[in-house]
Amino acid sequence: MQKIEDHSGTKYYLITLKVNGDSYTRAVKANTLLVNVLREDLDLTGTKKGCELGDCGSCTVLLDGKPVNSCLILALEADGHEITTIEGLAQNDKPDKLQEAFVENAAIQCGYCTPGMIMSAKALLTRNPHPTEGEVREAIAGNLCRCTGYVNIVKAIMSAAEEQQ
Amino acid sequence: MYLPDFEYYAPATLSEACDLLEKLGPEAKVFAGGTDVLSKMKQELLFPKAIVSLKNLGGLSEIRLGNNNDVIIGAKATHNNLIDSPVLQEKYPSLCNAARQMANNQVRNIGTVGGNIVNAVPSADLPPLLIALGAKIKLVGATGERVLPLEDFFTGPNKSVIEQDEILTEFIIEEQPFTGSTYIKFALRRSGALAVASVAAAVAMEGNVCRKARIVLGAVAPTPLRAKKAEEMLTGKEITDELLEEAGSAASKESKPISDIRGSEEYRRDLVRVLTGRALRKAINEGHV
Repeated sequence: MQKIEDHSGTKYYLITLKVNGDSYTRAVKANTLLVNVLREDLDLTGTKKGCELGDCGSCTVLLDGKPVNSCLILALEADGHEITTIEGLAQNDKPDKLQEAFVENAAIQCGYCTPGMIMSAKALLTRNPHPTEGEVREAIAGNLCRCTGYVNIVKAIMSAAEEQQ
Repeated sequence: MYLPDFEYYAPATLSEACDLLEKLGPEAKVFAGGTDVLSKMKQELLFPKAIVSLKNLGGLSEIRLGNNNDVIIGAKATHNNLIDSPVLQEKYPSLCNAARQMANNQVRNIGTVGGNIVNAVPSADLPPLLIALGAKIKLVGATGERVLPLEDFFTGPNKSVIEQDEILTEFIIEEQPFTGSTYIKFALRRSGALAVASVAAAVAMEGNVCRKARIVLGAVAPTPLRAKKAEEMLTGKEITDELLEEAGSAASKESKPISDIRGSEEYRRDLVRVLTGRALRKAINEGHV
């Protein structure tokens, strides 16, 4: 990782992230968090910030296919890895089945937890295309919905799974 | 939330990392998954001037069979690496179950087993069962390495015998004398909650007679605690419901809980009594370690 210093002596590191299929090289400070690179440098504001302590899951993205809290990952540690955000799910302007299922099942209330919720669900369905309701609930246990709309969220994920069959 | 500035190092070898830790002194912090370090820094509970990342150290996340059927777990293995490991699913499924009870899926994908130990939090989920299984740990420092029982590692909340220049590199679990083991956690929610009290039990059964037992309590003392009186009570005895209840009461007396936001001292003591009985019953009937 190349290190550069500006005229005031602040150190920056050059990192390369593959986000939603595209490579981006950015200069970041050591204390820059992955969520901030996504939201502020790459304008991918679909990923939300909630508790910022790894409890709520609003900032969930996929790191090499696995759901992680982007608020608890240094941008430097993500260097060279593949990131998928909510913006990366639609293919040719067509929303992902999960996104459609959330709309059809009224699984979105205020919407703030939705991107993280869908990323956790996406990782689950990729790994386990036909989950039980219990497995769905366990997969989204790290995503808090303060509107408490869990019933329809679980329904949406189950219906997206059925549609895959 | 604001994350303060710090110097960042990502050494290429273990010895380089240890030398760096020795040189930088107590203001440097080892960084593996970072789920604990970063959340503590954001909450102004930790102020490291430098972070020594282990990300470039290969091989430390492997879970494999070693000599004499020892299971070796690299300290950088994440909780989900433990859950998904074919070696552990075959040899120690109870350890997979214990790992599954930590935090939530996102944190389990990043948080490492080494971090769960080195943080030395009394309510941590992996120490009780690892101690019950007699796990040893390897600490590598600038001047050499040492292997010690995990049981001797903790000295208090957030305190352990690890030196400034040392890095926890692996866990060694030797072939077990036990026939069954389990870890039971009681928390206020099923996910993303710390244990109010937890109990790990391992038993060696011969028919209905218990030849050897280990009981380790979590979140009810400054460190994970062996309930040795309860263990002795079971050794060589035929298992009856009364004996298990007595062992639960003995373990409860041995625990040293505090009252805090998650539960009172009295409540925790009673939890230990109930959970010990449940854990022993489960370990006795389990049929796997």
